Parts: sequence; C-alpha cells; structure tokens
Amino acid sequence: MPLFEAVRMAIGMLRAQKLKSFFSLIGVLIGVTFLIAVVSIVQGMNVYMEDEFANRLVGLNTFQLRRFPGINTGNVSDETWRDWMRRPRITYAEADYLEARVRTPAVFSRYCSERLPVSRNGKTAKDIEVMGADATYFGMKSYDIAAGRPFSPQEARVGSAVVVIGDLLAEKLFPGADPVGKDLMIGGLPYRVIGVVAKQGTLFTISMDKFVVTPFDAPVRRQICLWNTMDELHIQAANPAVMLTVMDEVESIMRVRRQLKPTQENNFALQTAEGALAGWRKISTILFAALPGLVAISLVVGGIVIMNIMLMAVSERTREIGIRKALGARRRDIMAQFVVEAATLSTIGAIFGIGLGIGLAYTVKALTPFPAAVAPWSVGVAVGLGVAVGMAAGIYPASRASKLDPIVALRSE
Amino acid sequence: MSDLVIQIRDLRRSYDMGSETVHALRGVDLEIRRNEYVAIMGPSGSGKSTLMNLIGCLDTPNGGEYWLNGQEVSRMSDDALARVRNKEIGFVFQTFNLLPRASALQNVELPLVYAGVSSRERRAMAADALGRVGLADRKDHKPNELSGGQRQRVAIARALVNRPSILLADEPTGNLDSVTSEEIMRVFGALHAQGQTVIMVTHEAEIAAHAARVVLLRDGGVESDTRRAQGAAA
Repeated sequence: MPLFEAVRMAIGMLRAQKLKSFFSLIGVLIGVTFLIAVVSIVQGMNVYMEDEFANRLVGLNTFQLRRFPGINTGNVSDETWRDWMRRPRITYAEADYLEARVRTPAVFSRYCSERLPVSRNGKTAKDIEVMGADATYFGMKSYDIAAGRPFSPQEARVGSAVVVIGDLLAEKLFPGADPVGKDLMIGGLPYRVIGVVAKQGTLFTISMDKFVVTPFDAPVRRQICLWNTMDELHIQAANPAVMLTVMDEVESIMRVRRQLKPTQENNFALQTAEGALAGWRKISTILFAALPGLVAISLVVGGIVIMNIMLMAVSERTREIGIRKALGARRRDIMAQFVVEAATLSTIGAIFGIGLGIGLAYTVKALTPFPAAVAPWSVGVAVGLGVAVGMAAGIYPASRASKLDPIVALRSE
Repeated sequence: MSDLVIQIRDLRRSYDMGSETVHALRGVDLEIRRNEYVAIMGPSGSGKSTLMNLIGCLDTPNGGEYWLNGQEVSRMSDDALARVRNKEIGFVFQTFNLLPRASALQNVELPLVYAGVSSRERRAMAADALGRVGLADRKDHKPNELSGGQRQRVAIARALVNRPSILLADEPTGNLDSVTSEEIMRVFGALHAQGQTVIMVTHEAEIAAHAARVVLLRDGGVESDTRRAQGAAA
C-alpha cells in the first residue's frame, strides 16, 4: 500500500476520533513546544547579547585596556581581587606610549566614568553616568547625534566645559525644550550642552540614555579620574581580524613598557565584547545541554501515551483488521497502517507543538527586549522527532495487529 | 482438468483444545468446477465453517491437499495466502463486514488497495462493480445509511471487484428478512449466469435450493453430494 494512501487513511481515522487523538498527542506537543520555545528564546538572547549588549557596551571592533577586567562572570576569589588591586593603573604616559608604537591603524580614546548628580535650575538628576572621553569616542560607540554636534578634537584637547547628553537626561532637565546651547551643572561647575544623543533604549531594562559625555580633560575629570590615570583606554580597529592584531601589539608593547619578565603574567587586562559574552555563553551552553534531556522525557512520555492509544485502537478495531486481512492485506500492510497512523498522530502533535512553541517565543519577544529567533533546524528536528517517536511507539501495537488471526479477528465484536 | 477450480483431497483440520484434540475435518474430498453453484450445508459442528475457512484461505489444514486454480495453497505462507485471498477469493459474510467509516465506494475499493491498483483505476473498477449489483447511485453512502440488502450488495460488489475465481459466501442471508434474502439470491443467480463460480455455506435448505449442487457435511466428512439436473437452477 502506498504511503500517501496510508497517511490519508490515518488522518481520516484521527478526524473520526478528535478528542482521543488530541489527548494522545499532548505529550509530543509539549515536548516539541518546549524544544522550539527554548531554542528560539535562547538563540534570541544570543543575538541580543551579541548585537546589543556586547557591541553597545564595548563598541564594534573595540577593546579596552584596563587595570583588571570590568565585566566578570562567576565569582572572583579574594586572592585574585587583592592581586588586581595591587596592579598599577593605566597612565597617560602609557596611553601615549601605546599610541606612538602601535603600527596597525587604530583609534584611541581615554575613558573615565563615575555616577554623579547633574542639575539645572534646581532640578537634579541623580546617578547620571558622567563620562570623560576623547573626541574619537563618539565614533567608537556609533552614537547617533539627534541634535547639535559631538565635541571637536580641539575642544577635547583644551578640556572645554561642554557636554553631549543622553536622551533621557535631556528630557528630565529640559522638558519640552531644546537643550542645545543651554547650561547644566556638574560638580558645581557649568557646562554647555552642545549635542544630544538619540534614544538608545534599554539594556536589561536599564536605560542607556542617562549619561553625559565631557572632554576627557574637562574640569570634571578631577571627580571621575585619579590624577594622570584613566579607567580604560578604548582602542578601535577597522575590523575583527585587525582587532586581534592590534590586541597582540598592545599586549606586547604594554609588557615591554611595564618591564614584565616572560614568566610574569600581565598586570593589565584587555577586555573585548567576546570576553564580556563568555558568561552568557556558559549559561546558554548549560541550557542547550539540559534541553535534550527535558525534551526526551516529554517525548518518551508522549510515545508511551501514543503506544497505549494504539494498543487500544488495535483491540477496538480487531474486526476491521480481520476484514482487511480477509480481503488480502498482508502482515506488512497491517503493520504499515498502524505505524503510519501512530507516526501521523505524533507528527500532527509535533506540528501543533511547533506552532505553540513559535507562539511562545513571540510572546516572550513581545514582553521582553529579547528578539525571538526561531531556528529552522529546530523545526526540522521537531518534525523528525515527531515522526520517529510515533513510529517507535507504533511498532509494538502494529505488530500485535499484524499477527492477529483473521478468523478470530472476524468473529470479534 | 483446467476446468477444476477447487480440488480438495483428504483434507484434515484438528484443533488442540488443551488436553483434547478436536477433529473438525476428518478427510474431506471435494472437486468444484468453473461456474458451478455449490451450497455447503450441514448442522452446527459438522465442520462447514472450518471447511469454508480453509477454502477461503483464512486457515491452513493439518493434512491433505487443497489446490485452488492450479496452485497448492495448503502449504503456503501467511503472506502468500493473503495474496491468494486478494486475487482468487471474494468473501461475502453474514454480518456484511463493511468498514463503517468508509463510503460504499471506498469499501469496494479495499481489495484493490491491497492489490496495488492505482487510485483512479480503483475508483473506476469499484464504481463498475457497484453498478453490477445495482448500487451505482449509492456510491457515497456510508454503510449505516444503507438498508441490510444494500449493505450485502455492497459486500458482493467488494467480493467481485478483483474478478476472483470463486465467490465464497458464508450465510449471506443470515441477517436479512425473506424478501431481501430473495433479492440477494437473485444477485447470486445473475452472477452465476454470467459465469461466476459461487460457493455458499448455509444451513437454510430454502437458500441452498438456489444452488445446482448441494454438499452435505456431517461429523467432519462429506455425507452426500447431490447435483440437480442442468437447467433446473433458474
């Protein structure tokens, strides 16, 4: 009997027993829903972490030279921490030394930051990220200037009292007004607003628009940096491959500059988006490792349910089997009929599961900042699993059906 | 000799019932020619059901030989028997044995499905068979939408659709009233007149009277085998 015929027959049978069929495919449905939803959500979070988190936080093709890693995953032991605190800070002299010696084209920006209150006309915004940086910083972060302009290299060099502010801060201190050209106060000194950065939205529900960028040498530096040092030196390369070369250069130049012996470890850290992602990678690896187990459990349960339903179907339809055998069905025809029926049942369960899983993924997408990315392979795997579980669950009942004696089967009620 | 459709020699069948062995057939000899119309009769326990199952290739004997249309079927495997049932035998049962969820046409198509006939050809052949039993206009009706006589005619169409060597009917009128029984017997008579070999198992003498030859079984053996004069059947 051709497969198409068998599938059509199976669907007819399932339609005749809608409720029973629905309950029997619930196990597979849940397993597949879970598979699709988890894969979609985790992959969506991957995309989010890589595109949004890492690049926004660290910058595209950018790495940072720091005293010690700023983004840590897992616990840092006290000993390591004490070791980090003993390290020298990054100095101006080192930054100049590097800028003079790195041969590969790269862009540099000193960077310091601190959370400070910012006020205007008695209105105060607390906990504003006040950042001191060079003019190149705007390019590194790919800031989109919504109004005004970024500060110029000249302004940066002389440490002009100018600021570029985030969208949310602009709204808070200058509600309904254009902030460009107006003054605000940081640490008791006035700064002129020369630009506003377009809204960046939130990262893990934390607003990315509550900040101020001043020239690194602006007066506020005394509040955000120790004398002659910086929190980070940001270095941007042209592309990811070049970035690795620049990192190598920076590392070796720093080791020479700090006169480290070959046996000594670096007493500085190079932080990349990759590094920041390591922790997330660990989490998603664990999720992906646990996933097959969870899916397997629900599929095994689903398979057992289907097997029971099929055994019931075989005993209910004994007479039908007898008729088919009397009319010339061979063992393998009966076998195929019930295996295909079980596989069809389970595949329909898988298809509903895929729909539900995608729905769940898009619900998560609607409710959280994570984009849902439904992986095509997971849909393929789900369909494959549906067919396989159904076939496996159908084999035993089908073989019982195929072995029925036609005379006995015809006599059954 | 090619005229012989069924050739049975010393056919034996016994069943193990725990410690006892029941001998249902104790050596039956029977020959049936093409286009014969035979009724097999006998009281219950005479072995007529066993003989019918053996003739229908639903069962295999413990001893003796059974040749159907030149093939020895008494030694065949299950799958080979299934093929013989499909090609050589058309069953008509007392309880009709139609698939309740399938339409009349789909029921008639069933033997063709297992014969591997393409679906378009199948539909045409099944419709033709339904026409032969006068049900061309009931193709799409489900069995529960048909009367008893119509159901049995669907079953006859299903039995005929593969152009079998023998039409094997087991108490075909057992579930029908006398008027409908006559109607079904007329269908059998017409098929016989068109050249079909018909074998019918029944315990009703009235029904058996339609056949040209009556084989009477008793205690697992043939007690009598009587033929009526040619031409008296109509």
